[in-house]
Amino acid sequence: MSDEKPLLKVTIDGVQIEVPEGTTILNAARQVGGNIVPPAMCYYSKLKGSGGKCRTCLVKVSKGSEKDPRPMPKLVPSCSTTVMDGMEVLNTTSPEVLEARKGVVEFLLINHPLDCPVCDQAGECHLQDLGFEHGGAHTRYEEDRRTFERIDIGPYIQLHMNRCILCYRCVFAAEQLTNGRVHGVINRGDHAEISTYIQQAIDGDFYGNIIDVCPVGALTDKTFRFKSRVWFTKPMDAHRDCDKCSGKTAVWVAGNDVLRVTGRKDAYGEVEEFICNTCRFDKKSLSDWTIEGPRHIDRHSVIGMNHYELAAPKETQYLTNKIIE
Amino acid sequence: MKPLTNRAKQVVNKEMTFSEKIYLPAVLGGLKTTMSHFFKKQATVRYPEEVRPFSDVFRGKHVLKRDENGAERCTACGLCAVACPAEAITMVAAEREKGEEKLYREEKYAETYEINMLRCIFCGMCEEACPKEAIFLTTEITPANYDRSNFIYGKDKLVEDVNHRTDITTRQAHKNLAK
Repeated sequence: MSDEKPLLKVTIDGVQIEVPEGTTILNAARQVGGNIVPPAMCYYSKLKGSGGKCRTCLVKVSKGSEKDPRPMPKLVPSCSTTVMDGMEVLNTTSPEVLEARKGVVEFLLINHPLDCPVCDQAGECHLQDLGFEHGGAHTRYEEDRRTFERIDIGPYIQLHMNRCILCYRCVFAAEQLTNGRVHGVINRGDHAEISTYIQQAIDGDFYGNIIDVCPVGALTDKTFRFKSRVWFTKPMDAHRDCDKCSGKTAVWVAGNDVLRVTGRKDAYGEVEEFICNTCRFDKKSLSDWTIEGPRHIDRHSVIGMNHYELAAPKETQYLTNKIIE
Repeated sequence: MKPLTNRAKQVVNKEMTFSEKIYLPAVLGGLKTTMSHFFKKQATVRYPEEVRPFSDVFRGKHVLKRDENGAERCTACGLCAVACPAEAITMVAAEREKGEEKLYREEKYAETYEINMLRCIFCGMCEEACPKEAIFLTTEITPANYDRSNFIYGKDKLVEDVNHRTDITTRQAHKNLAK
């Protein structure tokens, strides 16, 4: 493999990394990790064709490549721009990028309702994080926000079109995971909306994953609707024998009740494996699941409140193990 | 030994004089002190009838406000419960049904909302955290009670009466100043 594809050297915010040809800047940055990774609202590594829509991952390319060292004239979306040998990319070190990102957040929030206190996604919402990290404190928008009539898209999924930022992730998810996609984007531009068109209930074993891929609260779990807030539930890694999917999930527990089942999301909010609807919607009892242990939650997250991953601090555990040995 | 202060008195076991033995001058002296207080300003107030003014920043019993149309402002977002250092607040959310728009402002509302007044330390963090300006601390005092269970205040005690609104303008001004 490595003989066919030579590794390309790329520098992101001063950090050099070698990646194979065809890697996007965003994925190269993700290999480095840390805060040099541009945020992404529409790109989802597990969905083909996603990306290039939200413009939150814009970066500055200060040197095109070794052969052509001219900088790229405009900021480029890092999720759909592939790296070149010797490319130099500026993300957080470029004030131009930060300014542009602030503008993008403002644009995304133009029509996004300020209903975080009501929204079930609050606490794990990417737009919330993005607005907190990159957005301004106040809105300059004075006009009425775009609103839609509420559409019922089935007994398991709640669609809030008002909250949608049109990232198309759910459309790709439905297309690539289920056979016979029945929902999509209708109308164009400002009138575009996610719909099942003739308000037909969406069906299939994996369509529940559109909840997980949604970066905002536009698609939420109806079985979890208003049950609790995400930071009051305890995320646990759990699995069960499932004939449709891997059965590896994260269950969100309050007391002895499983309030919600989701896929296991990584640091970028992407699920490790897509799970089926039976696991997601029907297995709401602790006896259905084998609990592996508490999920790792970033300590800066609101979900990390009162969340303990170890029964005792590491040192104590180490000593206990020594004694047992 | 050198005394520490110059107020030290030598104790002498001398016999009392006649005037000292009848005690009357000392009793009258005491009465004079007592009587003089009749004409001085009283240090206390007659409490239930007369109430001392509270400080502007006094924090007492909570109130769950209604909006100008009388609908409950609280949407059960849980931020007060997160902010509460004493973990005194619990709530259960419910979805607003059709026809209840006049009762609840948003599509989600608090079906039950309880504050454990024995846990509450009246710090005002819930008021600070509330994004909907729904919860405020008033100048009302939480009354004493004989039963512990009576200290868990539900919505019946917390939500303000539509006809007798609780004035929280001073608290609001204080909150805005803090911003």
